[in-house]
Amino acid sequence: MEVSIYPGCSLEGLAKSYMESVEAVSKTLGIELRELANWTCCGSASAHVMNDDLAVALAARNLGIAEKAGMDLVVPCAACYQRLKVAEKHLRQGKPVEGLPVKYEGSFQIRTMPDFFWENVGEKALIEKVKNPLQELNPVCYYGCLTSRPPKITDAKNPEDPQEMDRVLRSLGANVKNWSFKADCCGGDLTLTRPDLHMKLTQRILDMAIEAGADCIAVACPMCHENLDSKQAEISQETGRTYNIPIFYFTELMGLAFGDPAAEKWLSRHTVDPLPLLREKGLLEMQVRR
Amino acid sequence: MTVTELPRTVVPNPSFRKQVEEKSGEKITACYQCEKCTNGCPLAFAMDIVPHKLMRSVHFGLKDEVLNSDTIWICASCETCTTRCPNGIDIAHVMDSLRQISQAEGIKASQPQVPVFHKAFLASMKRFGRVHEGEMAAMYILKTGGLKGLMSMAGMAIDMFKKGKIKILPSRPNKQVRDIFRAAERKGK
Ligand code: SF4
Ligand code: SF4
Repeated sequence: MEVSIYPGCSLEGLAKSYMESVEAVSKTLGIELRELANWTCCGSASAHVMNDDLAVALAARNLGIAEKAGMDLVVPCAACYQRLKVAEKHLRQGKPVEGLPVKYEGSFQIRTMPDFFWENVGEKALIEKVKNPLQELNPVCYYGCLTSRPPKITDAKNPEDPQEMDRVLRSLGANVKNWSFKADCCGGDLTLTRPDLHMKLTQRILDMAIEAGADCIAVACPMCHENLDSKQAEISQETGRTYNIPIFYFTELMGLAFGDPAAEKWLSRHTVDPLPLLREKGLLEMQVRR
Repeated sequence: MTVTELPRTVVPNPSFRKQVEEKSGEKITACYQCEKCTNGCPLAFAMDIVPHKLMRSVHFGLKDEVLNSDTIWICASCETCTTRCPNGIDIAHVMDSLRQISQAEGIKASQPQVPVFHKAFLASMKRFGRVHEGEMAAMYILKTGGLKGLMSMAGMAIDMFKKGKIKILPSRPNKQVRDIFRAAERKGK
């Protein structure tokens, strides 16, 4: 199976482990990812705040490239996904784009990473590749805001209670916990502009995950990962409660289940060290044994 | 004798509401004050005018209060309100429109660091076509915390660099992206 991929800026920097794990598990599953030629930033959270036309045009440019490539488009970053979907809806209505002649027919679908693995690749293909079932692991899946909301843009089937990531990880053997904070907000870029508020939102998500009995959190968004992973020491200091819960890109967990030897490299970039948990659950020894 | 504070009398003025409706394409008058937006808003606790009150304030034409509020800069664009509004009002987009109107009218943002951040982000985008997170964050911190702020972040930056989480070279500039910026900026004037 061949698909286009729009990596987005974070996957070249902060979220390198997301990109590498997406590439690795896709390869294992026999999927050929074709990076959009000469893609540029989708406008992210900043363009729509400052200028509506800019926000649509920056995203639409990339849809023009995807149209030429002629394949469905997977988008690992939640924010990029939503911005590209906003442009898709704009173009589908036949509205013009400021400063950009795009030829767009909408012959392809835009998918989030969890949707793609669950719906296009499917349970059977996933199970076939499992070498180390994630049995002992108790993750909650955190989808964040922008893969689901607003549903009239994202076409999410269950915007308040998304399921795809849960299903992917369950099919790999993980004991995925239910919780009601799947799509709550982590504070986004308030992490830089109002760190005090951001910390409150993040703490609440960590608290709720722990209360649900999770020993780790799986995410599908660079911003969610950074926000949940990098501030735990600070939150611990501030509140006197110790937070040390590993945050995984769900594709890293897929890689672990598939026995990918590169997994340790991806995990070495995390702030909260996930290796003790994986060792305790016997998920690392399996790799070494192989 | 005790003096009780009298409620303020507001004389509704539709011109601001019309301006917001035109810019956002959303129907402010459709709001029937059910408060669903506020109840689901993760940041309502930190806002000076919570979302449903903001909607009503726009409806009444309280332009100064709205455009000078913390709310419009604290909103994280999480789209919970938009998803849940029973009248289909895209409240998050109304927030965008309010920010844009306040910037266009030269109003000093009550949370000035927020537009500084977005401008640093867009500048990086315009320069390189893609955002270089390291450069963008450094510009933002320099502008809000000065050199001292930048130095205090240096330790973290080095750590991230060692982990390979900072891209080494920025991307090459992209002409089409610059054209897009030029066109949008021209129209925005
Ligand atoms: S949810 Fe919609 S109708 Fe209800 S108060 Fe908010 S804006 Fe008004
Ligand atoms: S988009 Fe803004 S106003 Fe709406 S729920 Fe989220 S933070 Fe609150």
